Amino acid sequence: MNTVSIVETATQVVLVIAVAPVLTGVMRQIRARLEGRAGAGLLQPWRDVRKLMRRQPTSPVGSGWVFRMAPLVLFATAAVISAAVPLLTTATALTRSADLLVVVGLLALGTVTLALAALDTGTAFGGMGASREMMVLALAEPTILLGVFALSARAGSTNLGTIVTATLHQPLRVLSPASLLAAAAMTVVVIAETGRLPVDNPSTHLELTMIHEAMVLEYSGADLGLIELASSLRLTVLLGLMASLFAPWGIAGATFAALPLAALAFLAKVTVLAAALATGEVFLAKLRLFRVPELLAGSFVLAMLAVATSFLLA
Amino acid sequence: MNDTTYVQALNVAGGLFLLAAVGMLSRRQITSMIRLFAVQGVALVALVAVLGVHQHSLELMGVAAGLGVLRVGVLPHLTRRALGAAPAERRETSSAVNIAGSLLASAALVLLAYAVTRPLIALTPSAATAVLPVTVSVVLIGLFALATRHNALSQVVGFLLLDNGITATAFLATSGVPIIVELGVSFDVLLVVVVLQVLTVRLRSTFGTTNLDGLRELRD
Repeated sequence: MNTVSIVETATQVVLVIAVAPVLTGVMRQIRARLEGRAGAGLLQPWRDVRKLMRRQPTSPVGSGWVFRMAPLVLFATAAVISAAVPLLTTATALTRSADLLVVVGLLALGTVTLALAALDTGTAFGGMGASREMMVLALAEPTILLGVFALSARAGSTNLGTIVTATLHQPLRVLSPASLLAAAAMTVVVIAETGRLPVDNPSTHLELTMIHEAMVLEYSGADLGLIELASSLRLTVLLGLMASLFAPWGIAGATFAALPLAALAFLAKVTVLAAALATGEVFLAKLRLFRVPELLAGSFVLAMLAVATSFLLA
Repeated sequence: MNDTTYVQALNVAGGLFLLAAVGMLSRRQITSMIRLFAVQGVALVALVAVLGVHQHSLELMGVAAGLGVLRVGVLPHLTRRALGAAPAERRETSSAVNIAGSLLASAALVLLAYAVTRPLIALTPSAATAVLPVTVSVVLIGLFALATRHNALSQVVGFLLLDNGITATAFLATSGVPIIVELGVSFDVLLVVVVLQVLTVRLRSTFGTTNLDGLRELRD
């Protein structure tokens, strides 16, 4: 770990945290324009977070330390992931431990903590949201693991830096069937993990349909602000991770010179992905909860095919 | 075309071929099954065309063009016409295995195909035979769709899926199918689809539905 990688990692974390709410703003704005509304502007999520951060959090009667800790854990795991994942540079300070399995584990840790906090409130909605979130997580987990195996089989390592570097050296590998199948499977999983349509509707507050919103219903003030920030951070990091794994062009190595270009490339890639996601969401309705296993079974099959083809075809 | 691009193109076409087959299993709407069948036709044409370019064979490229007309244009058009205007018929209401189950079954079928084709690939290991497991699994998936779907039209689509798999296997496993054989097979498939289309229309006008599940009992 040297100075260069520490500075690069710090730049990456600061940039990602600064960009994350703006990206949410971009998605909401695109959605609003496509639906014929004016929209609240790109910076609205940042203004919301700032407003919430100034307010005093309250906690329900009878809730314990799990409820108070959850926003911090959720934000901390998202921040650590944003430091570990190669978004701007393949040589982050955490490169050696930036295993794809570790990233998946950190994501799951954040989700599980939030679910525990929702159970801690003792309300009906909290418990319902937690059980639904656990169902989605349990169905998405096998897909993530198989996708990881498919991607690591061609690089010979589950280390993210190694996978991205290997793809940079052999750009044609991106077009191999294993990679395309893994990309499709991972897209579904990212949508499920970040609670977007068609698995969960991020803007709903209807009792029967919400998953993520039901879990954070009891939060207020600074805690809610932290959760909002962490959610957009997770979305940004996961989109960035998709971009790095399947279109790694422009990522810097262990030099400063390429950093501005890498930042521009990162912003462009993430914006394109977010715009595609937001545009797609306009045309989608939320799936019935009992249809979600079908969708996730489909992505599991895709990941499974990716593993099979990466071992036997390529 | 150098060797790396040849292998890459072959693999991408093979991947798309398999993906379309799995996608067809995941659909309830018959129209979207037909659309995916056309996509799979494109993948098949690409597969044959890549083989033709690699072997510098004009005959194979001609066959690819013919396959394109038949499997991307004519067959989807015919099945879509058999679908008719009845909106109730556009959705597969009953299937012997549910969607999640059939997707998991297709994963198992792919693994089975890999296991079965191992000795075949070991005979002459090459880039073309390496795609063989993909086409054999499409054959198995087609058979699965044929066996589990109840609607007459989804069964027709399942049959066409099966035939796509057989055609692709034939091109990959042999050094080239003679044009006369391919022509004969293609006309056969075309005739089968035309006959089945007529049969479906007759079924609908007699029974009001094309769900074959209701045709189990004999009546006089």
